[in-house]
This record gives sequence, C-alpha cells and structure tokens, in this order.
Amino acid sequence: MKINLKQAWHTLKNKPGFESFLASAAAIGIGLIFGFLLLVIFKAEKSVYGLSQILVVGFSSAAKFSKVLYQAAPLIMTGLSVGFAFKTGLFNIGASGQYMLGMFMALYSGIVWQFPWYAALIMAMLGGAIWGAMPGLFKAYFNVNEVITSIMFNWIGLFAVNVLLANIPMVLADYYGASNPDRTANMSAANKAAIIPKWGLDTLFDSTYMNISIFMAIILAVIIYFVLNRTTFGYELKACGFNRNASIYAGINAKRNIVLSMVIAGSLAGFGGGLYYLSGTAQYTIEKLLATMGFNGIPVALLATSNPIGIIFSALFISYIQVGGEAMQPEFAKEIVDIIISVIIYLSAFSLLLKGIIRKLIKQSATAGKEVAP
Amino acid sequence: MSDFIIEMLQITKEFPGIKANDNITLQLKKGEVHALLGENGAGKSTLMSILFGLYQAEHGEIHKNGQKVLINNPNDANALNIGMVHQHFKLVEVFSVLENIILGVEPTKYSVLKRNEARQKIVQLSQQYKLSVEPDALIEDISVGMQQRVEILKMLYRDNEILIFDEPTAVLTPQEIKELMAIIRGLKAEGKSILFITHKLNEIMEVADRCTVLRKGQCIGTVDIDQTSVEELSRMMVGRPVQLIVDKADLIPGEIVLAVEHLTVASKLHKNNAVKDVSFNVRAGEIVCLAGIEGNGQSELIYALTGIEKPVSGRLTLKGHDLTKSSIRDRSKAGISHIPEDRHKFGLVLDYSLAENLVLQRYWEPRFHQNGLINREAVNQYADNLISKYDIRSGQGAQTIVRSMSGGNQQKAIVAREIDKNPELLIAIQPTRGLDIGAIEYIHTQLVAQRDSGKGVLLVSLELDEVMNVSDRILVIYEGNIVGEFDPKETTVEQLGLYMAGARRNDVKGGQV
Repeated sequence: MKINLKQAWHTLKNKPGFESFLASAAAIGIGLIFGFLLLVIFKAEKSVYGLSQILVVGFSSAAKFSKVLYQAAPLIMTGLSVGFAFKTGLFNIGASGQYMLGMFMALYSGIVWQFPWYAALIMAMLGGAIWGAMPGLFKAYFNVNEVITSIMFNWIGLFAVNVLLANIPMVLADYYGASNPDRTANMSAANKAAIIPKWGLDTLFDSTYMNISIFMAIILAVIIYFVLNRTTFGYELKACGFNRNASIYAGINAKRNIVLSMVIAGSLAGFGGGLYYLSGTAQYTIEKLLATMGFNGIPVALLATSNPIGIIFSALFISYIQVGGEAMQPEFAKEIVDIIISVIIYLSAFSLLLKGIIRKLIKQSATAGKEVAP
Repeated sequence: MSDFIIEMLQITKEFPGIKANDNITLQLKKGEVHALLGENGAGKSTLMSILFGLYQAEHGEIHKNGQKVLINNPNDANALNIGMVHQHFKLVEVFSVLENIILGVEPTKYSVLKRNEARQKIVQLSQQYKLSVEPDALIEDISVGMQQRVEILKMLYRDNEILIFDEPTAVLTPQEIKELMAIIRGLKAEGKSILFITHKLNEIMEVADRCTVLRKGQCIGTVDIDQTSVEELSRMMVGRPVQLIVDKADLIPGEIVLAVEHLTVASKLHKNNAVKDVSFNVRAGEIVCLAGIEGNGQSELIYALTGIEKPVSGRLTLKGHDLTKSSIRDRSKAGISHIPEDRHKFGLVLDYSLAENLVLQRYWEPRFHQNGLINREAVNQYADNLISKYDIRSGQGAQTIVRSMSGGNQQKAIVAREIDKNPELLIAIQPTRGLDIGAIEYIHTQLVAQRDSGKGVLLVSLELDEVMNVSDRILVIYEGNIVGEFDPKETTVEQLGLYMAGARRNDVKGGQV
C-alpha cells in the first residue's frame, strides 16, 4: 500500500499541470490564512466561528450547496471568457460589459419577444459576442489595446443597458404589479417559458436556486477545452496568442483570429449573463455599478491558469467561499471574503514564483530521499 | 619573478545548473597576444568577467606577477591595470569622446575639471598608438570603429597593462577589422599584454601568439599559434574534425525559379522607400547571396518576397506564376520556404511543443486533421520522422517545449520544417546567426543539399565569410539598391566590403547572369 502511494506521488508530480495546481492551492491557502488574520483583528473571539462559516457553510445543507452551484454557473462562463481570450493572447477585461449585454438580450428576448429559455440564451450569447467583437475589431484593424477598449465598453455597456431597460416598461417589475420601478420583472410573472428548467432538481435539493445551468456551464467548459486542445482552429488561436509574428509567418490570418477569439470570449460571458438572469430567481437592479460577476471571471481564470477544466473548479471554489462569506454576517462584513479573494488573485499573479518554489521543494525532497536511502 | 603577468589558476565558477568554468588555468605572458577560443557557451566570457571582477570564482586563484591578488569588482581590476573592451561598448552616447575617456578618473584641481591636461594626454596617447579619434565629437555621431578606439583609449588612459578584448570584430566591417589588427600589433609592440576573445579562427592565426581553447567550460589546452593550424584549432574547439570549407560541386544553374522585377518596398522607419526598384532572379541549382550591412533594405525585401509586406510596385514570379498579390499561405503552398531572421520572434512558437512547431507550416494539410480535429498520431509520427531525419536533439523528443531547447537545435527544427516542405525556393535569412561552428556546418550542408537537388536558394547574410563560402552568386545591397553582382570565385572580401559600405557601386538592373 505504501509503495503504491509512493508510485502514485511519483507519477503525479511529473504531470505538467501538477505544479500549477499546487501553486494555485498555495495561493488559496495563504489567502485564507490572511483572511483569518483579518477576522482575528476585527473580532478575535468570533474569528474561529467566522473562518468555519467560510469553510463549511457551502456544504452544510443541500440548499446552501444549491446556492454555490447557482452562482458558480455564471462565474464559470465569465471565467471561461477571460481564460479563453487569455489563451489566445488577449486580456479580456470586458467580460463585465459582455455579461451585461448578455443579460439584456436574454431579458429582452425572453420578455418582449416571449422567447423560450433556450432561444433567449442564444440571444444572450449573441449580445455578448457583439460586445466582445468591438474590442477585437479595434485591436485587429487599428492596433488599439484591447484592455483599454474593453474597459470602455464595460461602461458603455452598463449605461446603454440601463437606459434601454429604464425605457422599456414591459421588462420592469412594476409593469407586473410589483412596487420597485428600478428592477427588472420577475420571470415567473413575465414569461414562465423563459425560465431555465429545473428538471426536478429544485425539489431534490430543496432549493429554488437549483436548475440545470451548472451543467450547461460545465459542458461549455469541456467544449472550450476540446476546441483549444484538439482542433486546428484552437491550434491557430493559441499560436497567435503565444507568438503573433510566427503565426503570421506561418500564413495564419492573425487579424481574423483576434476578432474570432474576442467574439467567442464575449459570447461565453454573455451566456453567463443569460444563465443568471433567466434562473427565475434573479432580478437586475438598475444602478451605476459594473457587474462583479464579470470581474470575478478574472480571478477564476487566473486561479485556474486559464485551463477550461480548472476554471470549473476555481469558479466553484470562489462561489463556495462567497456563500460562506454571506453566512458570516452579521458578525463580520461579507467584504472580508472579497479581501480574501483579492489576496488569492494577488498571489496567483505570483504563480510563476510559487511554481518555482514548489519545484525546488519537490526536488529537495527527492534528493533528500536519495541520500537517506542506502 | 614569474614569466607570466597574469595567471588564472584552477578557476571554477558555477551557475545554477551549469558549470561555466571547470578548473580552468590560463597564463598570460608579458607582451603577448593571447587568444581565448571557444564556441558560444564555452565559458570564455565568464572567465574574462572573473578576471575583470564582474564575477567571483568559487575555486581558484588569480596571480599577478606571481603574487596572489583578489579582484572583487572592476575597480580592483583597474587598480591592477587590467582593462576590458566589452562586446557591447560601455559608452555614454551623449558625451563627447574626451568626456567618455576620462569618465571616473577625471583630473581636477579644486574640483574643477582640468580639461586641457586631459586633452593633452589623450592626444599624446592617440598619436603614440595610432588611434585616431576626434576628442570633441559626441559618441552617438561617430562610427562603430571609432567607438571601439575610444574604448581602447579608455584603457590606455588608465595606464592599463593587461587589455581584454571581448569579441572585438563582431561589429566591424572588413576594413575596420584590418585596422583593429594593426592597432593590436601596435599595442603589443608597446609592451601591453592582450587577451583576445573570439570564435573566428582567421583572426587568431593573424594576430595571436598563443591560444587557449575552451569547450563546455573546460580547458582543452593552450597552443602556440606558429605550431598549429586552423583545422587543429577548430577540432579542439568543437571536439571533432570540422569541414570549414563547404564542399560543393560546380553546377550549371537551370531555369529561373524566382524572378523579381522592379520591386519597390516602403520603409516603416522613414519616408523613403527601403527597397528601390530592385530586379534580380534566382535560378534552380544556385545559391544567391544577398550581402549587405544590416538595415540596407534586406529585411523589407524579404518581407515583400514572403508576403508579409505589400510592395509599392513591382512584380515577383515563382516558376512563372505571378505571386505579387498572393497571401503568405498561398506563397508557401506555391513553393516558397522561409527560414526567418529571428527564430524566436518569427520562426517558432516557443511555448508549443516540438511536434506542434514542426507542423506549423502544414497543420492544415488533410493528413494532419479530420474535419478540423487534429490527428495527433499523424502529427507525432511526422515529427518523430523529422527529428530522426534531421537529427534534432531535445529532452523529451517530439513533446519537448521548444523554449527549453538549445539555439542550434531550435534552428535545426526550423530548417527541417522548411526543407521538408520540398520547396522550389528556400529563403534563408542569417540562418547561422548566434550558432556555434558545428551547427553552422550543418546548416551550410543543408543549404548546399537544397541547391544540389535543383532548388533555388536565396541567402541573406551579414557574415562575409559565409557569403564567400556558400554562395554561387553574390548581390550586394546598399541603401535599398543592388549595387553590385559578383562571382565569389572572382572577388575578394575587401572588394565586397567597399560595395557594402557604399564606397563603390555599379547598379544592376534586371539581374542578367
């Protein structure tokens, strides 16, 4: 048994992704320790309680776990959006705006056109795709940095969506008799067919949050992984990302690929917006804040080193500690979880450094083992 | 009193993962020119950096005149009268020649610079050693050759007795190299001791008294130049006999493969055209070499040939097919292969595996995919085939990440990829830049093999030795014009140098053979 473990360890540590995984785990660990220190500073006597809330609440009941999955689905999508673009050499910081456009198209087509949920989701993808295409076109044809344009398109998207929603009475809640004029309609009143089906999962998990969106997100992650790693299209996209010059020399149309890459990234984020707001439980409030779901896609992607399969897990993790953070209230402000996430992002930016340290430790343990052996 | 002015005894220096110097002993006699020979990465520069105080050795001692000395930084080296001319000059561009020479050892009185005293000493030194410089010219305005003379004067101004030259000829034209050789002989005549780092054998034969050869961090031996030959030195350097002169039979060139007619290409740097109304052709079974000093339009010409830039005007045809307006991919399909000038920037996707890089020019062929799904088995099989055929060495075979491979093997991968396409025309731009002598020999052999199998080869090179050695016909490009056409058998390096520098020209229009 012992030997088997050793062998397993040996094969595991030689896997290429292993160091990345350990580096991410280390970032998470240090982030949690830092969060715990904050809890101690704010309210030492409750600090252990606070940390345990963060760490266990997500699994404490089926209902809480449903909440984790419910928030994870759109996070996977925005994470995929950022991660996919990153794999192709583009920094898509505009997932937030693409998510907003996806949300708008889903709501508009679902309520005004009375589209069923699947058609509304396709419209959401389209909205995100258009919003992603903009920075892509600017980058490809005018060489404008996509970071700048996508930040601007975040704000353009936010205000455009707010203005549009405020002027379409049918999508607002008070049209259906509710008393909050700055909110979008409750889907069950506006169009039941546009709500993403639950397939009985809601009764199984005893939570209205539970639907099939998490499965759709996971399937899309697998598809993206497949496209990136197994197709000539993915081969071209990644080649452009790693070395644009060499790709051009190889006859690859780099401009077209930049636009396509941003279109796909945008449609993924837009799909996330659709998933969240077609759940039947979420209503959009018209305010001047960019959707955090879009920005949280960045840490999700970073933590997974942009690996689509890794993104599934990192999104689940971020969602998990967010649910835990909400449960810390009122003893602690839930923003502490945001601080923890920030620390984790900060450290994942050092992932190369962490990887180097981990590699050294593995080597040291290997040579130490040799020296002990007769 | 010892015979040797400087002795480096059993020097060992390790960097993470590599022994750069392994128990090396180097003894410099007073008043000799001592060459230090070795391939890239053999440890020459590390050894000299230890002597100059930039690195500290883990083991070993340095003696001067038989006394043990400690050199912890360049100031210590200076105090021991050791000076160094680095490969990349250490000069302040916006300072004058005089200011650069006295920098750090300014003669002052009441902290006011005694400029006249400095000038007198510099003028006297430059006359004594025949190092002509203009003391008041700014460094950015003077030629590379004069910059080098400034570096030498810097050493002399500090009364250095031991002068280290790190690859001093790498940046010079043939005429400037000749002048430098004369200067070195002059320095020797005045009793200076000189250490001369190089990997060019001819220079050693010309100017050195003795030569120490390094290979992979180890000292292979020290020989007297009058008792050795170029062949022996190269064998010591590489570890096996090396074919220095490329073996190629006479061939009568066949039909025209590439025809370039009145090609004009715009420049990205300035408003003038980089390539001006250039016409030439490349025939089957010949290697045409485009010689010239960097920045005279070679790059832009190649961009236009390979399709990366659109020409302003002109026409190019490959075996009669007009390719002027074709895309990069179409030109590649039509039979142009291309070994680009910067393998990291243009030739390889460094974070892709070797297999992925080997199919970079043909992954779209039906045999490598089915409906867009990459056929990994076919890709790996193809890669393994090329790896064994072209002897590409790497850690994990086809799955090695190219970034981790050596420069020579990276270049071999590109050569394999481009030649295996079986092109009509192979364009190779400085294919041997930064490679050691073994890899250079390999690349040259491959180029000649292409020529012998009846393909056209267009070689762009800055190395005149390579130009003379490999080509069947030489075109000299100067300021975007082809200013001369030569047969390598009937011309000299000096003559080419004059044309390359723009001192002479006889414009060639039409590329008649």
